[in-house]
Amino acid sequence: MAGGVTFNVIDAKDMATTEMYGNALAELAQKHPEIVGLTADLAKSTKIGVLEEKLPGRLYNMGIAEQNMFGVAAGMALSGLVPFVSTFATFASMRAGEQIRTDICYQNLNVKVIATHAGVSFGTAGTTHHCTEDLGIMRTMANLTVVCPADGLETVKALTAAYEHKGPVYIRINRGYDKPVYDSTDYDFELGRAITMHEGSDMTIIACGATVFRAREAAKILEKSDGIHARVLNMHTIKPLDTEAVLKAVKDTRRIITVEDHNIVGGLGSAVADVIASSGMGCAFLKLGIPDTFAPVGLQEDIMAYFGYDDNGILKAARELIGKVFEEKENWEDEV
Amino acid sequence: MPLTEDEFFRLEDKARDLRLLTMDTSFWAGSAHVGGALSVLDILTILYYKYMKVDPQRPDWEDRDRFILSKGHAGVALASVFADKGYFDVTELETFNHNMSKFGMHLDRNKVKGLDASTGSLGHGLPIALGMALAAKSTGRNYHVYTVLGDGECDEGSVWEAAMACAHYKAGNLTAFVDRNGLSIDGATEEVMALEPFADKWKAFGFQTLEVDGHDMRKLSEAIDSALAVTDKPTMIICRTVKSCGISEWEGNYKWHYAGINEDTRDKSKESIRKYHAARRGK
Repeated sequence: MAGGVTFNVIDAKDMATTEMYGNALAELAQKHPEIVGLTADLAKSTKIGVLEEKLPGRLYNMGIAEQNMFGVAAGMALSGLVPFVSTFATFASMRAGEQIRTDICYQNLNVKVIATHAGVSFGTAGTTHHCTEDLGIMRTMANLTVVCPADGLETVKALTAAYEHKGPVYIRINRGYDKPVYDSTDYDFELGRAITMHEGSDMTIIACGATVFRAREAAKILEKSDGIHARVLNMHTIKPLDTEAVLKAVKDTRRIITVEDHNIVGGLGSAVADVIASSGMGCAFLKLGIPDTFAPVGLQEDIMAYFGYDDNGILKAARELIGKVFEEKENWEDEV
Repeated sequence: MPLTEDEFFRLEDKARDLRLLTMDTSFWAGSAHVGGALSVLDILTILYYKYMKVDPQRPDWEDRDRFILSKGHAGVALASVFADKGYFDVTELETFNHNMSKFGMHLDRNKVKGLDASTGSLGHGLPIALGMALAAKSTGRNYHVYTVLGDGECDEGSVWEAAMACAHYKAGNLTAFVDRNGLSIDGATEEVMALEPFADKWKAFGFQTLEVDGHDMRKLSEAIDSALAVTDKPTMIICRTVKSCGISEWEGNYKWHYAGINEDTRDKSKESIRKYHAARRGK
């Protein structure tokens, strides 16, 4: 089956994103004996524990010690293994940030980090367990590919792509059940290549992770009730960013909204803003996400609504942006 | 097996020559972490010239023994070892620390042949060494992994995370050393952050723990033999060493942790090293 999944997609619909990850990793590891897993006492929560259930001896539990764990992963990669490392995103990106940067990225090692409980997906746990900084941190690390899949099935696609890519990869996924964006893995997924989820030329909504579903829902409503045709891009790879898709969005639609379950500083919105600013072309632009604050306690859905990056928040922002008046010139080249 | 007389004198001469080359390289670099490079040098010498299974013609040979210089600031000593072993030409060391050189003071594995891991930030070497040791077991290879930590480095929490894991995973194929020269950048380790009772800590963490004079080839050899004989737990060899060992005027002075080296200091220090080794050889 496409994407390397042999477990049933009907089953998959009942699985949390992490469960799909655990199962897909076990299948990948079955085929590739050089794959090993590492976790820091979070085998159950991250579901990397499925690897140990299915292939005993292939998972190393390093105890609650993330810095050592990422160093060990580097040593393993230097000795021919391909480690997949899972812990919560907040601990991967910050507790062990230097080990990922210096031991793994600097040496350009074949280590795959699958960081779970990203964004505010563990919202009720409070700020210590939210992770709204990782995209900003990770995309400044040279050699690192940074991926934020839209749902469980895309996580499976990303996992396979990460294995096939030689070099370090960081994949951030959510705790719990993601709204399914895809109903099969039978679609083209390429690292660094955005996927158009909804066609449109009035504006472009660029989303990643859990916000892709919301962006697509908002685009459907915009089309139906407002007659606004919004293009929706699933920007699953934050780095390398699909700059071509962003530039095309600027040229075609001249209005862009980014949406992410992350601080609006440093993440997807900032990455897209870099491209827009460097293009020299005029473009109305809004970043949706967490407005440089720590999120309150709450369910992910509710926090998204609170900060205005759920379906309704995206709708509101789209209506605001469509009314924005700014100078447009026919010949963009003149303005560069 | 105790060192034979021949082996002993061969290692003594090699340590002297490597100290001299390290001073030349420090001069070419303009400055270097001389103190810690000279304190660790006898450990590097006995590993690379007596124990380690390596082949300079095949730096990526999968069955080679591994060495991680966790105290990466002593890279100037390790690069001298690599040049002498033939991983690259000695003249390449003349570019050490120069703009665009392949050699910075903390060595880069992707540029320096012979180097098993890029180090420099402290507290990283033992985890990487453990990863290599676990990989040997996982892939059915029987190489041994050695690593040298600085004593000040053992303030880092990640060292103790790794220590716990080394024992948990019964990493008998891993031998760690601490270059216990007693000094870190700001002064005596016992004043900056007390480490003692140091050996007790490693014992409590599950290591076969040995303490030796880190400038005595015979004692080092006995300790490494003991490490290789124990296969169900990792070994820590705490090496009592002298910072700037071989340069009498600088010995034990933390101010020579990092220093500029001009022609005059190079010549004087080399003269001092020759005298030191002549006396040590005669013991």
